[in-house]
Amino acid sequence: MRSQQVKVLMVAAALVVLAMIIPHASSFVVLLATRALAFGILAMSLDILLGYTGLASLGQAAYFGVGAYLTAVLATKFHFGMGWDFWLVVVFGILIGAVLAALFGLFAVRASGVYFLMITLALGQCVWGLAYRWNSLTGGDNGINIRARPNFGLNLANDVTFFFLVLGFFTVSMILMYVLVRSPFGRSLKGIRKRELRMQILGYNTWLHKYIAFIIAGGFGGLAGVLWAHTNGIVTPDDVVLTTSVDALLMVVLGGAGTLIGGAIGSAIVLLLREYLSTLVPWWQYVLGGVYVLTILYLPTGLMGIPTLFRQAFPGSANKSAAQLASARR
Amino acid sequence: MTSTLLRKLSPLLLGSCLAAGTSLGSTAHSDELRIGFLAPTTGIYAQIGKDMVDGFQLYLDQVNGDFAGANVKLTVEDEEGKPATAVLKASKLVGEDKVQLLVGGLLASTGYALAPESTRDKVVYIASIPSADDLTQRKLGDFPYFIRAGWTSSMPTQPLGQWACDKGYKKVVTVAADYAFGYESVGGFQKVFEDCGGKVIQKIWPPLGTKDFGPYISTIKGDADAVFSLMVGPMALQFPKQLRGAGIKQPIIGGSVSYDEFALPFMGDEVIGDVSALQYSAALQTPKNEAFVKAFRTKFGKVPGYYAESNYSAALMIHEVMKKTGGKWPGSEEFIKIMASLKVDTPRGPVSFDDMRNPVQNIYIKQVEKTTMFGYDKPELWNVVIKTYPNVSQFWTYGKEQFLKQPVYDRDFPPCKYCE
Repeated sequence: MRSQQVKVLMVAAALVVLAMIIPHASSFVVLLATRALAFGILAMSLDILLGYTGLASLGQAAYFGVGAYLTAVLATKFHFGMGWDFWLVVVFGILIGAVLAALFGLFAVRASGVYFLMITLALGQCVWGLAYRWNSLTGGDNGINIRARPNFGLNLANDVTFFFLVLGFFTVSMILMYVLVRSPFGRSLKGIRKRELRMQILGYNTWLHKYIAFIIAGGFGGLAGVLWAHTNGIVTPDDVVLTTSVDALLMVVLGGAGTLIGGAIGSAIVLLLREYLSTLVPWWQYVLGGVYVLTILYLPTGLMGIPTLFRQAFPGSANKSAAQLASARR
Repeated sequence: MTSTLLRKLSPLLLGSCLAAGTSLGSTAHSDELRIGFLAPTTGIYAQIGKDMVDGFQLYLDQVNGDFAGANVKLTVEDEEGKPATAVLKASKLVGEDKVQLLVGGLLASTGYALAPESTRDKVVYIASIPSADDLTQRKLGDFPYFIRAGWTSSMPTQPLGQWACDKGYKKVVTVAADYAFGYESVGGFQKVFEDCGGKVIQKIWPPLGTKDFGPYISTIKGDADAVFSLMVGPMALQFPKQLRGAGIKQPIIGGSVSYDEFALPFMGDEVIGDVSALQYSAALQTPKNEAFVKAFRTKFGKVPGYYAESNYSAALMIHEVMKKTGGKWPGSEEFIKIMASLKVDTPRGPVSFDDMRNPVQNIYIKQVEKTTMFGYDKPELWNVVIKTYPNVSQFWTYGKEQFLKQPVYDRDFPPCKYCE
């Protein structure tokens, strides 16, 4: 239990450090960090499915997309959500993500493994198709521009202010998801991942558990989408396309599935490599590819698995807790 | 063990890069012109992105990076063909490199993403490639620091509609990539062609990236006099080949980029005789263009297409503005004002600007022919100009007021009156 507390403290400390450093960086770094946090929420929401429930979804961008498009459509067509009503948009964004997940879940959750993967992929591409083809609503391939960020006393046009808002949403989301996965409900999800049949024999309605997890993940996806829309000021079908879902999946795998914070770390590293390294060197794609390959080859538990590996490599004073940890994992 | 260590260290290393990058703020020189160039240098559009950068760089090299005394500092960033990435990179260029000008972007959606960014940061944005009609039409009011060095999607297809009508074609089938660029190109063609008395009898929309056109080709109506095609990227290579392979003999009249020099060297002889329309052809017989084609081909080993020319000319236009200010940066508002009043001679011909900050320029009707050009000894495919429409405006002959009353060209506008 003690090591869990240490981890929570470390995450909290990292967030505080982030909040202290980022405001002094250039606007590019601020925007990059904001993007990493917004995408981090999406990656963590996917981790609820992948890491805890054992459902590899390739359609998480769908909820992200509807959240983003809802924000953009409300802002441009109805001038809604530019003041205090931004908070209503946040609520609507979460709801639309959850409602869409509730709908998709009816089709997807009855399947598992590769079939679940294919169904979520197909449903996700349906949303992409709508975004791409429903010209009158989504602007098709040209996307939708949001002219300004909301201003409700707090002027979000300032990148640093907006960063703190997203950091706030990120922290709250992470706490909520953390509480969720450690609740009895979250433990039943882990049970389902390990052995669904046994859970059924124990009397759990495993379909309902998975369905609810699916909806919750969708809600957080919608929230991430709302923040993403205002981060970039533009929403295009690119935000809903398959590669966005794949990105989220890779981020979770890179950071470590079933660790929650792993998704956020993965998001930070991938965006850092892709958007920051690409401003420095032209061969950034090799680095990104190399990181993926090395992680999958040598770190099957992701970057968050490093401390465990480290302790196994140096059996010393921390021997006992490492053994505990190793048995606690998976 | 070392590999673990390295992996542990790599985030740290990156972190220190990050810190170094943020602390190195560039110092502003009065005689320095800082230009941020956005092009997709990785991903599926990497080759086009390279042509864009090469075109711009070629002009800089020719003047030794000296714009009337101002020393040009060019920073190229990869926008990956993604609008959101373009916004992020633009903020990097503005925030860290302190650029005064943003140039480039490839996709129309990237243009739509960068234009508001220029408004937010009060930085000039010169769209050399993005051709979305409304950027210089119904939405220009939102973007005071935006100017176009390229074209609008419907600009070359409107004269093509007139040409097809004059040629005596009565019924045309359109086959175009299913996205905004395709809609605007087809819309311009259809509007002018039908106003002149022609009939578009069928509109077919294969998705962007289609490789097998079989299902679409088989539905093409036999009584059409010609097929209008608008193909993007690899589609341009496949479509003419498969159309001819299916035994369809009607002439192809292609929109803008269907026969760009970017794709032409990879095409077979079946495209000989195909017609297309654009503001540029590498086969233009002017001294300015001949010099440009030869310089580009010597340096990069290929004939320049419009992606290279448009950016070369964008650099040339910036140079002209700086000549008028004596090498001093005039400020964003003044820069836009001076550039919009320019009349310049570019490889594509004379270019001036309308009051919506879009170029007024020649549109060339081009026919693919196998011939030799500019003293190159091997016969190659060239877009030989068969008719020039001089000084074409984005509003064609309709006039600004009347043109802007209609909605932007779309999948269903103009409506297909003669389709069954």
